[in-house]
Amino acid sequence: MSDLKKIRDEFILKLKSKLDLSEINQIKSDLFGKNGLVSSQFKKIGTIVESERKKFASDLNVIKDELQNLINLKIDEVENAEINKKLDKEKIDITLPERPFVRGKIHPVSQTIDEISSIFYEIGFSVEEGPDVENEYNNFTALNTPDNHPARDMHDTFYLDEKKQKLLRTHTSPVQIRTMLKDKPPFKIIAPGRTYRSDSDQTHAPMFHQVEGLHIDKNINMGHLKGCLNYLIKEFFEVDKIKMRFRPSHFPFTEPSAEVDIGYEMKDGKIIIGEGDQWLEILGCGMVHPNVLKNVKVDPIKFQGYAFGIGIDRLAMLKYGINDLRAFFDCDYRWLNHFGFDPLDVPTNYRGLSR
Amino acid sequence: MKITFDWLQDHLKTNLKEKHLLEQLTNIGLEVESVDSLSSDNEAFKIAKIIKTEKHPNADRLKVCDVDVGEKEFKKVVCGAANAREGLITIYAPPGATIPKTKTKLVVAKIRNVTSYGMLCSESELNLSDESDGITELSTKFEKSIGKNFFSKSKSNLIDLSITPNRPDCLGVRGIARDLAASGFGKLLELKEKKIKSITNQTLKIKINKEKNQGCTAFGSCLITNVKNTESPQWLKNKLISVGQKPISAIVDITNYVMLDINRPLHAYDADKIEKSIIVRNSNPGEKFTALDNKNYKLEKDMCVISDQKGVLGLGGIIGGIRSGTELDTKNILLESAYFEPRSIRNTSKKLNLDTDAKFRFERGIDPSSIEAGLNKAASLIKEICGGKISKIDVQKIETHKTQIVKFDTNLFEKISGFKISAKEMIKILEDLGFKCNKEKKYLKLTVPSWRPDISQEIDIVEELVRISGFDKIKIIPPIKERTKPTLTQTQKMFHFLQRAIASKGYLEAITWSFTDSNYNDYFKQTKKEIKIINPISSELGVLRSSIFSNLIMYVSKNLDRGFKDLSIFEIGPVFFGSNPGEQTTVVCGLSSGKKSRLSWIDKERDVDVFDVKRDVVQTLIEAGYNSDKFFIDDNTPNYYHPGKSGRIFLNKDKDHVAAYFGEIHPNILKKIDIKIDALIGFEIFLEHLKFSKKTLNDQKSKFTTSDFQKSERDFAFIVNKNVKAQDLINAISGVDQKLISNIKVFDVYEGENIPDNQKSIAINLTIQSSEKTLNDSDLEKINKLIIETVENKTGAKIRS
Repeated sequence: MSDLKKIRDEFILKLKSKLDLSEINQIKSDLFGKNGLVSSQFKKIGTIVESERKKFASDLNVIKDELQNLINLKIDEVENAEINKKLDKEKIDITLPERPFVRGKIHPVSQTIDEISSIFYEIGFSVEEGPDVENEYNNFTALNTPDNHPARDMHDTFYLDEKKQKLLRTHTSPVQIRTMLKDKPPFKIIAPGRTYRSDSDQTHAPMFHQVEGLHIDKNINMGHLKGCLNYLIKEFFEVDKIKMRFRPSHFPFTEPSAEVDIGYEMKDGKIIIGEGDQWLEILGCGMVHPNVLKNVKVDPIKFQGYAFGIGIDRLAMLKYGINDLRAFFDCDYRWLNHFGFDPLDVPTNYRGLSR
Repeated sequence: MKITFDWLQDHLKTNLKEKHLLEQLTNIGLEVESVDSLSSDNEAFKIAKIIKTEKHPNADRLKVCDVDVGEKEFKKVVCGAANAREGLITIYAPPGATIPKTKTKLVVAKIRNVTSYGMLCSESELNLSDESDGITELSTKFEKSIGKNFFSKSKSNLIDLSITPNRPDCLGVRGIARDLAASGFGKLLELKEKKIKSITNQTLKIKINKEKNQGCTAFGSCLITNVKNTESPQWLKNKLISVGQKPISAIVDITNYVMLDINRPLHAYDADKIEKSIIVRNSNPGEKFTALDNKNYKLEKDMCVISDQKGVLGLGGIIGGIRSGTELDTKNILLESAYFEPRSIRNTSKKLNLDTDAKFRFERGIDPSSIEAGLNKAASLIKEICGGKISKIDVQKIETHKTQIVKFDTNLFEKISGFKISAKEMIKILEDLGFKCNKEKKYLKLTVPSWRPDISQEIDIVEELVRISGFDKIKIIPPIKERTKPTLTQTQKMFHFLQRAIASKGYLEAITWSFTDSNYNDYFKQTKKEIKIINPISSELGVLRSSIFSNLIMYVSKNLDRGFKDLSIFEIGPVFFGSNPGEQTTVVCGLSSGKKSRLSWIDKERDVDVFDVKRDVVQTLIEAGYNSDKFFIDDNTPNYYHPGKSGRIFLNKDKDHVAAYFGEIHPNILKKIDIKIDALIGFEIFLEHLKFSKKTLNDQKSKFTTSDFQKSERDFAFIVNKNVKAQDLINAISGVDQKLISNIKVFDVYEGENIPDNQKSIAINLTIQSSEKTLNDSDLEKINKLIIETVENKTGAKIRS
């Protein structure tokens, strides 16, 4: 048996036994160290007779590769065993709670405003705003509600001066006036915002939210008004069918005027919109009164159109099953948490209003 | 306006049922608010007399009454009304009865240990009126009816209509009947008017002064002599009760009946109490009179008064006076039927804060042509029921009512409504509503009925036609999905962005009132003006808020009471700095309270601190698109923040507008409002102070470059005076060479041992990397030296060895 084969057989045997990392390293250095057995054989190559040299070198390389592979395998094996042993000790109770996090929420009124804006985006309305403090002219007079008009009594107004010239706007309709005074027709806007009336009981809050709608152009008639509101209600409540009823009413700034009811029924204490034969009033609307157009220097012969005003809080209550209006503004942590929306739930036209 | 189907049928012939009636009323704009059945339970209520009252042994305000309800034994009833007294005739509800207003069923109950069998009712509890002050007082005429039912059997439901302010004509049953008839619901019956046939003159002289702002333009009257005021006959009592009115005496009941039936308010004077003659004039400032509501009124200039030689008898069209009121023994009556200008009525009632049924009607506009019809109808009834002799009618006028003519272009109807009806149909509807129609070449010439003060222009006619033909005829035109303008402005987008950015950091969005308690507001308003609401709903909501903090703190405190200590809330909304429109700004205001990691098994619990909130604010601003490298922060903050633990942020070094404040709420404020909390940190971001970049998101993405040359990290520790800010060091370092130095981080701040008093050590880590080459040792050494020199020169720091 040649030396080479002897070395090979001896060390293969050694490597088959149970070894730790230092023992393997010892073997490695015994073989491949500076004066290792295999290393020494390589040094011998030059001394071998030429006829045998080629075969010797080739055999040596085969043995070297074989042993090296074996050693590497052995090292892997031992290291893995050690890691596994260590991991066994590192077992934790994975059911312990994660690090705490807090979730913020968006108020249902804000969410509803975003939903409405998204709906009107589709049909080309822009969002306008106006100040919370208004003058008497924009809030009433310009809206065809002169000082001696009994309709003023229906608005319990908060005043800021004794002369009653400055007030907290009782509706979002003054934004109509501001918008039309600022620009030229056509107008196609919605104006959501805070509104104020000085009554306060179970179903009334001194502050609430409205969204105003205004569409003025040539030949905009009541059919367009009906179409717009029908679209709004269907989209907002995310239902295919909607029952709507227009009832004649009176607002000084629109004529003809109507109040709009939607059909609903109660199922297990919850309101189902669009079914049943109960009616629920949700908004007021009408064709903008020629006097209002004249007040903002729009020619009522050339231009006409509709306006509407909706209670946002009420819409939110209906859609999300909220019973108590007062709770909207009471800032109860539990309520905000319960009825609030995740800030990532942004209503958009492509992903829909809600999940 | 309360009506019954029965009463309607005095004016309307129809075969249709009540169910259809309710639908039709709503369809034509006379909204049915409620339908109440008065008949179901009303047999329970008895006319009764209080025989004896004793003080309740256990309650000062209660009385124990012995009540005669027409049975053998008196009933013991506990009553809290101040007017419960011996001899009073009132209305008794036995146990088992349901109170109409509250819908509660009475039971035999012990009230403070005294058993009460039933209850004595106020007018409001019986839905007779809004009078809830004390129990019902019936006149002595009811003495003989004790034990009898107060309500008579009625088959008709009480229908409550909400009449819009433009329709005074529908404040009378006839007006409603007319509208119904026009819409095809039956036929309007002709009124059989009884005209007064008299040869006696009305002898009381009446004069309307012609003066500026005269509120009365016509005054009709007649004298009825030798009447005997009495209880109304049953038919009349039933009529009034059926619509929830309390019968009083024949004369009062008749005037009420005429008012409800044809919306013609009348007033009856005791003619013997009028001194010589009646003058309708403007009041003099300071004039006083006592009205029928037993209150004294001091009048201002130019209020329309009915007066005699002695003084004011009544406020025309609003309320009569005590001095000339009719009583049971009144013999001679002057019946007034006048026209008062809505504007005058409204001014006077607003100034005196006086609201009456007559006022409600006159301010909406009474039919000026109904003066004589009202007198005829009422006087005839008085004669029939109370006897007496009627004089001729006298009408004084200073103005004649002008008939309103509207020229109506029939094409306008379709232009507005979007659907078509024929001219013939239009004429039919309008004639049924009382218009006279003349067809002219291009338009209809319409004479508006005198009872429709709301109609003066073409659009009013369109409304009538749409209303009566039905809104269901309007065809839906679906909206076009097309946009020409952006939906939101940049500010509006920023509003929504900030709202959701703050919420995403764990804050609950709140919406609180725009007004607040002035005591709380004072803590936060600084030098801003207080803006008072003249008529607040309560003194706690008396001023417009100068800051959102006042409300948020109140609510944090409320939530604390509910047991929630660790809470982050915010609101985005207006704050006010003046009482003119537009003197408001939009603020995102938040509060964070309590602890982080409370009761955590893994992290150490600690108070929320300024740097938590600073992170929320800075992160939000960065997310909103602002470059934090340009931020400038200092500690100059409003006095409601902790002076040492608060800061303000500018978006750039120009410091033109404060973008945000953040910091601990001043401990003194917490003490004053008595809120016990681990920590309370707030912030305010000012939407209008954020300048918007003109760049779109697309433009904002600059060219992407990175360097793959070797980078090296370096640590420095500087010793500086305590008043030197970390920001100063960072600015100094980044000023050295922005191309080479990046990622400057403060990783340690240390004061104490080994550091002199008044000084501190700040340790900074940074990255040095070139985009052009690998820096060699000498390059790095040069930069190191430069950094140390610059920082030392600019901040007075010393490198720590």
